[in-house]
Amino acid sequence: MAKPARTRKAAAKPNTAQADPDFVLHSLQAAHEKSRRYDASDEELMGFYEQMLLIRRFEEKAGQLYGLGLIGGFCHLYIGQEAVAVGLQSALAEGKDSVITGYRDHGHMLAYGIDPNVIMAELTGRQAGISKGKGGSMHMFSTEHKFYGGHGIVGAQVALGGGLALAHKYNEDGGLCLAYFGDGAANQGQVYETFNMAALWNLPIVFVIENNGYAMGTAVKRSSAETEFYRRGTAFRIPGMDVNGMDVLEVRAAAELAFAHVRAGNGPVLMELNTYRYRGHSMSDPAKYRSREEVQEQRDHNDPIERLKKELIERGKSEDDIKAIDKAIRARVAQSADFAETSPEPEPAELYTDVLVGSY
Amino acid sequence: MAVELKMPALSPTMEEGTLAKWLVKEGDTVAPGDILAEIETDKATMEFEAIDEGTVGKIMVAEGTENVPVGTVIAMLSGDDDDSAAAPPPVEDVAGEGKDVGREPSQAEVTKPVRAEPRADPEIPHGTNMATVTVREALRDGMAEEMRRDERVFVMGEEVAEYQGAYKVTQGLLDEFGPKRVIDTPITEYGFAGIGTGAAMGGLRPIVEFMTFNFAMQAIDHIINSAAKTNYMSGGQMRCPIVFRGPNGAASRVGAQHSQNYGPWYASVPGLIVIAPYDSSDAKGLMKAAIRCDDPVVFLENELVYGRSFELPELDDHVLPIGKARIMREGSDVTIVSYSIGVGLSLEAAEELAEQGIEAEVIDLRTLRPLDKQAVLDSLAKTNRVIVAEEGWPTCSIASEIVALCMEEGFDHLDAPVLRVCNEDVPLPYAANLEKLALLDTARIVAAAKKVCYAE
Repeated sequence: MAKPARTRKAAAKPNTAQADPDFVLHSLQAAHEKSRRYDASDEELMGFYEQMLLIRRFEEKAGQLYGLGLIGGFCHLYIGQEAVAVGLQSALAEGKDSVITGYRDHGHMLAYGIDPNVIMAELTGRQAGISKGKGGSMHMFSTEHKFYGGHGIVGAQVALGGGLALAHKYNEDGGLCLAYFGDGAANQGQVYETFNMAALWNLPIVFVIENNGYAMGTAVKRSSAETEFYRRGTAFRIPGMDVNGMDVLEVRAAAELAFAHVRAGNGPVLMELNTYRYRGHSMSDPAKYRSREEVQEQRDHNDPIERLKKELIERGKSEDDIKAIDKAIRARVAQSADFAETSPEPEPAELYTDVLVGSY
Repeated sequence: MAVELKMPALSPTMEEGTLAKWLVKEGDTVAPGDILAEIETDKATMEFEAIDEGTVGKIMVAEGTENVPVGTVIAMLSGDDDDSAAAPPPVEDVAGEGKDVGREPSQAEVTKPVRAEPRADPEIPHGTNMATVTVREALRDGMAEEMRRDERVFVMGEEVAEYQGAYKVTQGLLDEFGPKRVIDTPITEYGFAGIGTGAAMGGLRPIVEFMTFNFAMQAIDHIINSAAKTNYMSGGQMRCPIVFRGPNGAASRVGAQHSQNYGPWYASVPGLIVIAPYDSSDAKGLMKAAIRCDDPVVFLENELVYGRSFELPELDDHVLPIGKARIMREGSDVTIVSYSIGVGLSLEAAEELAEQGIEAEVIDLRTLRPLDKQAVLDSLAKTNRVIVAEEGWPTCSIASEIVALCMEEGFDHLDAPVLRVCNEDVPLPYAANLEKLALLDTARIVAAAKKVCYAE
């Protein structure tokens, strides 16, 4: 599994980085800066718009159902970050690549085309939920879509994603793993343990740091010595990319470069997606660590959905066309909420199922 | 279409709150995301946002009102749109009972499934040759046979490949299977336990070696939160067939941080299988079963037993059932329940007891989870006296669990209290004399057995 050993460094050899011709840490970023935005067809653009809007409306509805007491526990909304999941996942090879993320996972599942009904029914804890109501908001999986969760422990998905990448390489199936984590998780030790092994073993993995500025209530600058997260792979020779996560076309363009690099057998890439969440960390977050103006500024001037809407209109779509899409998506989300509310709770006997696969 | 705006629950525990301030007035037009009001919960002041577009209609609850139950209609919003889909679905809820909306309390009887009788060990055909092998070799052979049988099986851990294993358990595997399937890891237990677990989720069958289980404490999050719980949390979708293995318990003179028995820790976790064999036959047969198992397995070995030799049947496919205890020695006067290295001490104790006229039955649990309760209860019914010999701390131990089992399900058969014979309840000291004083030994087992037989 190990790649051929590099030439052993002399103990006192100065300035190795410049002397090393295969040190490619900056090449992807340089390529990205040359051409930042993906050249989407009208059809693709519309698809991105619909997917982002579905996530936005779905999350708003989830927030509403939470307020009504239909969703319990922790519920972390993806509002504001939609362009990240849609831009990245639209570039994946479906059925081949795998995705893993943390507990803010609704958006990633919707971006994968997973039925909103079963996601919403999981949020309300019903039998028809994607985890039979036993997982909840933070623990959802779809092995059919190669979506491996939905993990509640901050940073755990990074090492698990390393394992999924190891399986891709072991099976020689040509797939890669897209492992999402936040700026908070980026300070976990196991992230760097995984960086080390992923680079050492040339694993096909794209590490995605969704930097939304706050780890729960702690601003990046209060928690992180190096706030430029894309540089954090440098010590492991992992190339980094600094990407505007509020523009789906920039995200998609960056994804194309990163995935091609990984698929060519060059090992992992670290992408920092700079984004912003409009809502609190979870539903029970009063968000007193930032000003209302700061949030409003992002909504007014940097919203990924508004940006795309403008672009669609510039390309000749009418307000009515867009309104029709909005209406259809609202109806779809309302249907999922209705399904989630009217589906029965799990049978009591489900308490004891799925603890073990075998019987002993 | 008018929408009712209701007092929201803003935390998992909120039942009522104070409507501190309205930020809109009747007649205002609002868009999704606009802040409508500030609501004080028991923990904080939260902003209440509009979900739909519309015009604020009647405000039903004035600002400054305290103790507004969750679910109370606080204002009306009339839609700008003709689109009724924007309205929240109708819910019959009761003010103040927002948490129970749409949820029927379950009336149905919950029947706990009864565990089937575990399978017995397969018969060893008459005339089978018995080879004498060390536990170390038996473990290695078990892994190698499964690796030959299933391409998905691979081994990873510190020094498992080129060094041939820190305790030589993986000796020869690199030569036979190559570096793709025998992977040396850096010293990063949390990271490689996570990578192994992820690989199992991705369809492989990893064997993750911890140089000792003491170091697995760095990785216990993945063993429990990632490996053990995923099948349940995913409603049975996502499996995690992985074996975490390595030496466990006290070695010799390595001090407190390198000498601990994690059997009780892992055995307390639903979703895990925990195996702790004693001799070569069980080590090999259960290792093969563990690798074939679709559930995550913690396989606890013992460094002091690695070099001991035992008889092992030479069979093409020696696989033993998980969850089945083994009677190591039959006896009628007292039952000694044990596992791992404690079994050897218990057998020695039984010989001493026999010389004194007490016939002890020795049970090797072999699997700590699921526990073969019936084997213990059957033996109790026969001898009416039980002691548990465990190389580990007494508090919240496997021994404690056996005591509870005998009390709950075997009380009528007991002629004496069940005794725990364990290590002293102290971190393991380094000094030779203190270490000896701290650890389980034959003399203590003999004394406890005599005590429950009232033979002192």
